[in-house]
Parts: sequence; C-alpha cells; structure tokens
Amino acid sequence: MSETLLAIDGLCTHFSTREGVVRAVQDLSLRVGSGEVVGLVGESGSGKSMTAYSIMGLVDPPGRVIAGRISFEGRDLCALSAEEMRQLRGNRIAMVFQDPMMTLNPVMRIDAQMIEAIRAHDKISRGSARERARDALARVGIASPDERLRAYPHEFSGGMRQRVAIAIALLNRPSLIIADEPTTALDVTVQGQILFEMQKLSRETGAALIWITHDLSVIAGLADRICVMYAGRIVEEGTTADVLEAPRHPYTRGLFDSLPGNAPPRQRLRQLSGMTPSPLELPSGCAFRLRCKSADHACEQDPPMRQGGGPGQRARCFHPLLAVSTSDELQ
Amino acid sequence: MTSATPTAAPLLELKGVSKCFARHSDWVDRAARVLEGVLATETIHAVDGVDLMILEREVVGLVGESGCGKSTLGRIAAGLLSPSAGMRLWRGAQLVETSQGVARAQQLKMQMIFQDPHASLNPRQRVVDIVGEAPVVHKMVKRRNQVEYVALQLNRVGLDPALMRRFPHQFSGGQRARIGIARALAVKPEFLVCDESVAALDVSIRAQVLNLFMDLRSALNLTYLFISHDLGVVRHVSDRVVVMYLGRIVESGPTDEIFAAPNHPYTQALLKEIGSVEPKKRRYVPIRGEIPSPLSPPSGCHFHPRCVHAMPRCREAAPRLAEIAPGRWSACYLNQAA
Ligand SMILES: Nc1ncnc2c1ncn2[C@@H]1O[C@H](COP(=O)(O)OP(=O)(O)OP(=O)(O)O)[C@@H](O)[C@H]1O
Ligand SMILES: Nc1ncnc2c1ncn2[C@@H]1O[C@H](COP(=O)(O)OP(=O)(O)OP(=O)(O)O)[C@@H](O)[C@H]1O
Ligand code: SF4
Ligand code: SF4
Ligand SMILES: [Mg+2]
Ligand SMILES: [Mg+2]
Repeated sequence: MSETLLAIDGLCTHFSTREGVVRAVQDLSLRVGSGEVVGLVGESGSGKSMTAYSIMGLVDPPGRVIAGRISFEGRDLCALSAEEMRQLRGNRIAMVFQDPMMTLNPVMRIDAQMIEAIRAHDKISRGSARERARDALARVGIASPDERLRAYPHEFSGGMRQRVAIAIALLNRPSLIIADEPTTALDVTVQGQILFEMQKLSRETGAALIWITHDLSVIAGLADRICVMYAGRIVEEGTTADVLEAPRHPYTRGLFDSLPGNAPPRQRLRQLSGMTPSPLELPSGCAFRLRCKSADHACEQDPPMRQGGGPGQRARCFHPLLAVSTSDELQ
Repeated sequence: MTSATPTAAPLLELKGVSKCFARHSDWVDRAARVLEGVLATETIHAVDGVDLMILEREVVGLVGESGCGKSTLGRIAAGLLSPSAGMRLWRGAQLVETSQGVARAQQLKMQMIFQDPHASLNPRQRVVDIVGEAPVVHKMVKRRNQVEYVALQLNRVGLDPALMRRFPHQFSGGQRARIGIARALAVKPEFLVCDESVAALDVSIRAQVLNLFMDLRSALNLTYLFISHDLGVVRHVSDRVVVMYLGRIVESGPTDEIFAAPNHPYTQALLKEIGSVEPKKRRYVPIRGEIPSPLSPPSGCHFHPRCVHAMPRCREAAPRLAEIAPGRWSACYLNQAA
C-alpha cells in the first residue's frame, strides 16, 4: 500500500440520549493510503456517517468522540484546535455530505457560496474565483454553468444539488475526500461523469477517497478496498474483489442476496431475516447474532477481527463463510 | 404478485401538462448578465407537454437524466404543484380545487415520498407526530391509539418504535428516509409518488421496503409512480417504464419489453450503462458531447446533439410520441419512414 494518509485507531463515538447511550461508532480502526479509494458500506444506521463526522471533527453534542486516535498526514486530529480544524476542512480534507443542504446555504446564490469557499483558503481575485467555480460546475455535468451560478439552491433538481455539493468539495483540491452517498440520485451517465472527475483528481493529485454508499455497482468499479460496517463496527474488510466475490462475514453475504438482480422481476426480494438491532440495546457478543444462520453459543462473546480469505481480508466472525463465489451460487 | 390487468381503469391522467419556472431577475442580475454576455433566457421548461396515464394498481417507473423534470412531474401528479398548462384527471374527472374540505380529503389519497427527506420533515416535530398526526386529524385512528399506530408504521419500515420520541436530526440518512415513507403510508393513500425513495437505503432494508410496497399494492390496491435512477430497482418493481429527456417523454412501454429492446436512442444509451456488481476497476468516461441545458434546450428533438442517428430533420421539429407497437410509444424519427 502507498503511504498512509489517514490512520484511525480504536475510534468510539457515542451519543448519550434520554433513551440511553447510542454507540454509533465502536472501536473502529481504518487506514487509507494516499491515492487509495476505500468503499464504506453497511446497513442504514450502522455508523458510516458518524465515522465520517468524527474524522471531520463535526460530531455535535450529545454526541462525542470518547476514545481513539485519528491521524491525518501525520497530525493528530483530535489534538487540533477548532480553528486549525476549520482550516483543514474544505481545504486538505473535504466532505460531501449525505444531505447536500448541509453544504449549501439556502438563502445564498451558488456563485457567492462557491466564491466564498474558494477565497477562504486561496487569496485569489473574485473574478478568477468565479471562473474556477464555473469550471467546477461544468465538470460535474451542470449545463449552462454561467446561468446556474446565479441560481439559488431551491432552483436546482435533487441530483443537481448533490452535484453542486460535490463541485464545492473538489474546489480546493483536497488530499482526502469523504463522500457520503454522493450519487444516490444520479443516473448512470451523470454518475459516470462524476466518477471520472474523482478518478482524475485522484490520479493527478494523489487524493484519497472514502466513498460511503449502498450502491455496490459504484463500489465495484471504483474502490480498491471495501470496509463493511454493522452496528458501529467494521465487520469485514478486504480488497474489492475478495469482499464482493468471496465474502467471509454472514452479514456481507446477506447484503448481496438482497440485490434486485438476484430475484425475478416483481417477486419479493430476499431480505435479511430479523430486524436491525436497536442501537440502544445491541445484543451482547456479536451484534449480528440474532439474525445470523451460523450463530451458536460461541457468538455470545465478542468476535475478534480475524485474518482469512484473500490478502488483507479480515472478518469479525467466529464462523466465517467458506470461499464460495457469490456469483456461482446465485445463478 | 399479479400485474395490473389491461382492463384496469385509469386512475390518474395527465394531458398536455407543462411546467415553466421563470426567474424574476432583478436589475443587478440583468446588469451582470449584460456584462457577462449571457444571452440565454431565464425560463426553465422543466416539464413540456407531457401526456401520462396511470392505471389502477399499476406501477409506473419514471427514469431519466438528473434535472430532466422527474420530480417536477411527480409533484404535479401528486397534486402538490399546479402545472403551467394542461389538465389532470383523477378517475376520469378533472381535478379542480372545490371546497377546502373536499380538496384535502382528495389530497390525502395521493401521497408523495420526497427525494429530500431532510427538507420535507419538520425539524421541530417528533417522529410520533410526523407519522401519526395526519391519521389522527383525519380520524383514521383515535388519538389514544396514536402511539400504537405509529409503532406499527415504524416497524413496517424497519425502524425501532422505541425511537419515536426523537426528532428527525437524531436519525441517520436512511432512517430519515424511512420516516418519510412511514408518514406517506400512514394515511393509507391510493396513489403514491415515490421520488428516489429507496436511494438512501442499503440493499437489505431496500429489499424490505420494496417488498412492503409490493405487498401494499396487492393488499390496498395501491398505484405507484416510481421515480428512480436505479434501473435495477425500476426493472424489478415496475409494470411499465416511462423515459424522460429534458422535460419530455421520449419513450414508454411495458418494462420487460423496454429492457429487452429499447427503441429510443436515448433509452438505448441509458440502458447500455447499467452498472454491474462485478469487481472490476473501471475507467469512467466523461459525458460525450455538450450537456443539454433546460435553459436553452436544443431545437427539434432535444436529444439530437448526443444522438448517433441524428438527421437534419431532427434539428427542425420535435418528433411526436407515437405508438410503435401495442402499448409501446417512442418519439423518434427513425420510427417514421422518411
Ligand atoms: N443526534 C443523534 N442522537 C442520537 N442518535 C443519533 C444521532 N445522530 C445519529 N444517531 C444514531 O447513530 C447511529 C449511526 O448513525 P449514522 O448516521 O452514522 O448511520 P449511517 O451508517 O450513516 O446510516 P445511513 O446509511 O442511514 O445514513 C444511528 O443509529 C443513528 O440513529
Ligand atoms: N423551484 C424551481 N425554480 C426554478 N427551477 C426549478 C425549480 N424546481 C426545479 N427547477 C428546474 O427544473 C428542472 C427539472 O427539475 P426536477 O427537479 O424536476 O429534475 P429531476 O428530473 O427530478 O432531477 P434529479 O434526478 O436530479 O432529481 C431542473 O433544471 C431544475 O433546475
Ligand atoms: S460471530 Fe457468530 S453470530 Fe456473528 S456473524 Fe459470525 S457466526 Fe454469525
Ligand atoms: S429524432 Fe433524431 S435525434 Fe432524436 S432520437 Fe430520433 S434519430 Fe436521434
Ligand atoms: Mg449516513
Ligand atoms: Mg428529482
């Protein structure tokens, strides 16, 4: 692997709520090398966004990073002051939020927002900032960028707002981009355009990418490595090929079985049995245990992350699946 | 699961529906435009002369490029946005705003699940009220049964009822999307517009919600307009697919036939790029040709700048949406002998 850009060790992010403590992220460790694309997948509520927020230093009370180290370009992010963190955000690390309105200000025109974002980190003239903003819009496939620059966020379609947020994240050529479901509403052609720009940036500047998504087809084509999260923890990681073709963790396997392509049209889709466990009362031991076909009494203990399968493939499971290719079995 | 029979009655019909958004530019804006030499008009034809019929119990999938007008058409279909031109018929009768009460009862039967759940959920309301208030107000549920009713609705979309006293911002993205789904289903609609409703859901919960949609269709005779960029999902749930390009419908027909043999060159291009989950590092390619803008749409057939079959006449006038086989419609000159 190339030089480590981001190293997370033992990250725990918890929310203390009236109903109890939500362990949104639990003992999470992750490494991202420069130029590397890591796909982060997992169930809704499994802690993907909170992992990203923790890196960005954006966890709001009652949430708090209660343990762990996050080091980025050799600096300990948890030790930075609020001001130093602000300098880093939008400059060295950029995030594309799941909700584009987290990035966009509803009462400000797009040009003003983009120019401000550029000039916050780069002292160039308004005119050249405007030009850079215009080019950024064109790069994410927005037609008539000159006119669109003068529009307000509500005048854009859902997918266009997403693209504007992506354009803003790319403005200052960051070395790490965390993209949280950035293309959920984009058709394949426009998505292809965005992914092209991402790959180009990564090739040209060595930017690394953490790509959070449910869209396995995007991950399959883009990511070098995949991490699968369940109930706040990474339960499996490995190269894209290993995780997609020979998943070791029963949960990863369940994900693939639910794909629409694996059921006849207009018939019921296979779903994982059982409910997502409540974040307030996770079962002891393996959090997946009440939904897992292979569960036995051993699973009442915490399963450790264990090596197995392809190189660097690891799964948090006492009884990992044997390497049967998913594509064989799903025929 | 049976599909809608061909004899089913039309539930909702749109005739010649258009929607324009005009920008009211102030003088600063106009001056800036002169300085920048921008000449394009500031009117967006988001939806342009659309005819669409949806039969009872039918699931119609609506697809097309980002910004082509799907959400706008969906909002018009759900009665949330009035069209600039055209008519809307519900069970054969034109919909007009009569007395307040009638309109509201009518409106309850048509629900929309919004593309952006964040903006559509009141941040100061707890989930128990977001989901349970309308059913109580409209006397579908007694107030003292509200909590129980909401619990049931949340369970169906895979949310823990223990969290019903939370506010929307205390949920993850996919959990919020499901609150929007639960809210729409709680009032027992007859017609549901789903706008990218499962986009934020991971595959297993998506499967659960899609199964729920399909179950409700048989149990409650629900009819759907299903907007999604995910062609795999559209193929899975819809009986019929409608393809839009820059505000117009360019093709429609039975799902299986369209996926097997798309007629319109745009549909062909769209289907060619369906993603696969095979782990193969791809080199993505940028969009070829100029990206069409709804601010200054290309003349004639809007697709002509990107169409490999474009002929001189394609630049002159827009081809009509014509029936090319029973139930199949396409707007392309290639179907008309020259
Ligand atoms: N402000 C909050 N208060 C309490 N719990 C919260 C809060 N914000 C998030 N959570 C909880 O933390 C958990 C992790 O949330 P997170 O947003 O990281 O999920 P996610 O993996 O991004 O899911 P999705 O795919 O649905 O976006 C969820 O169970 C969520 O309900
Ligand atoms: N309130 C508005 N004011 C001005 N323009 C608007 C408004 N709403 C939508 N538009 C414009 O109308 C066009 C169609 O938008 P719409 O939201 O219907 O697209 P869409 O097909 O849903 O796209 P997406 O897949 O990105 O959500 C876009 O060009 C958009 O900018
Ligand atoms: S540890 Fe046990 S319960 Fe958990 S995934 Fe593995 S087999 Fe299933
Ligand atoms: S009408 Fe002409 S430009 Fe339009 S899709 Fe058909 S061949 Fe192409
Ligand atoms: Mg999230
Ligand atoms: Mg939309």
